[in-house]
Amino acid sequence: MLVWSRRGRLLTFVLALALFGVLYGLPLGVIALASFAGQWNNVLPSQMTLEHYVNAFRGDSFDQLRHSLVTGCVASLVALVAGTWAALALRRARRLPARVFDAIFFIPSAVPSVSVGLGLLVAFSHKPFLLNGTVWIVLIAHFVLISAFTYGNVTAGLARLPADVEQVAESLGARPGYRLRRVTLPLLAPYLIAAFSLSFALSMGELGATVMVYPPGWVTMPVGIFALSDRGSIFDAAALTMLLAATTLLVLLGLSRIPVRGSAR
Amino acid sequence: MRSGSAGAWVLPPLLLLALLFFYPLLLIVREALGGDGQVPGLAHFGEVLGSRMFRSALWNTMVIAALSTVGCLVLGFVLSVLLAFTPFPGSRMVARLIDTFIALPTFLVALAFTFIYGSAGMINETFVHVLGVARPPVDFLYSQWGVILSEITVYTPFVMRPLLATFSQLDPAQIEVASSLGARALTIVRRIIFPAALPALIAGGSLCLLLTVNEFGIVLFIGAKDVITLPLLVYDLAIQQFDYASACIIAVVNIVLSLGLYTVYRFVLARYGRRRAGLV
Repeated sequence: MLVWSRRGRLLTFVLALALFGVLYGLPLGVIALASFAGQWNNVLPSQMTLEHYVNAFRGDSFDQLRHSLVTGCVASLVALVAGTWAALALRRARRLPARVFDAIFFIPSAVPSVSVGLGLLVAFSHKPFLLNGTVWIVLIAHFVLISAFTYGNVTAGLARLPADVEQVAESLGARPGYRLRRVTLPLLAPYLIAAFSLSFALSMGELGATVMVYPPGWVTMPVGIFALSDRGSIFDAAALTMLLAATTLLVLLGLSRIPVRGSAR
Repeated sequence: MRSGSAGAWVLPPLLLLALLFFYPLLLIVREALGGDGQVPGLAHFGEVLGSRMFRSALWNTMVIAALSTVGCLVLGFVLSVLLAFTPFPGSRMVARLIDTFIALPTFLVALAFTFIYGSAGMINETFVHVLGVARPPVDFLYSQWGVILSEITVYTPFVMRPLLATFSQLDPAQIEVASSLGARALTIVRRIIFPAALPALIAGGSLCLLLTVNEFGIVLFIGAKDVITLPLLVYDLAIQQFDYASACIIAVVNIVLSLGLYTVYRFVLARYGRRRAGLV
């Protein structure tokens, strides 16, 4: 407790509420309001409508939701497998090689997303790797961008696992494969879910690399939102943004409800 | 997996990353240096780096990143102190709301700001319709200030995460003793809270710098003609003008700048504590 006087506490309360309200409450509220706005020529919208949500659930916009969900799930799953594999492989490695590989797996998070997209365009636009214009290049871009985050989360989880349980399993004669399946991975489950959640959220909001590589047949939601707002359909853009945020948060909420046995916390 | 076999086990994910990430990265560098087997085109390299377009993009990128980071640090510190040391009704919910903000796309804030501060936004409409001002007076959104304000809003939670984690480990008795000895709130902040927060501030600040240098969505959505940053210039050259050679040159500079900042961030983390600031 930093402020004791009644007046002081009231003052800090008002200050905190004003700061949080203007910075974080207002933007969310305004997007929500705009997504229902029929006409907005004054301080507040003069008409409310559900039309923008109807638009969001049909035609192109609904396809974009589907594309984003598929991209997010596939890219996050592949990143989770690759990240867990790498983290497990480096776990028992010697100090120096482990640090070098660790840095290598983290580097994708330090490269601007637009440049990742540009690299994929340059690399996969002609044979033998002709992927430009297909869904694959979008999936690859998302995988590359989120791979470091899944790897980082799983590594952090591994470091916090109690060492004794696995040693007991080993001393009781459990083979490495069995130990991995029945001991290590279940213990790691909360961290795997956290890693997947983070990757999924990042993928759902990804714009920089996607806008470089997407084919006309695979427009994701962020790209669609930008296209809408660019041509002036800002209320439709707001409705689609609400849908994107709601979908992301719903999936994260669902993932956080998955019951995990033997949580390592 | 014994240490001997670790080398072989790491190969599959490593090869995947090599093909999908490092190979494209190498091709960007090759393309920037002149492309397909010709004499390395260092002349073009120098030409692009000397151009006004590149220099102003580099300048914009650095100014926006630096000012946004300073803003995030100040705001993140104030908000974290308010949340951690002056609990108010609803402060836990606010903390959770800010945490979910990290999961939302960055352009959400830029889009919201056009409804609030834009030329036909709520504030200008209030001035025009309610107060009878002839022309919309608020006119900063379509400049670097609009981008900076958006980035501060988006990236402040990345500073708050490590700060709140640090504050939760601070012994409350320390503050109560200081306070009962007659220290004022500001003195406590300056003498106890700030020194304890310094490592988290440095870690959060360097992460912010990295993220703001590479921010794309916000700059694209604000869409100000004279606010072109390096990532936006790469996009513009490659996608709008099909000038891949120049785009690759700009991208190389952007990547080098970004890797440099990332090295600083990793160094800071190793030096000032293990707690990772947010995502990376």
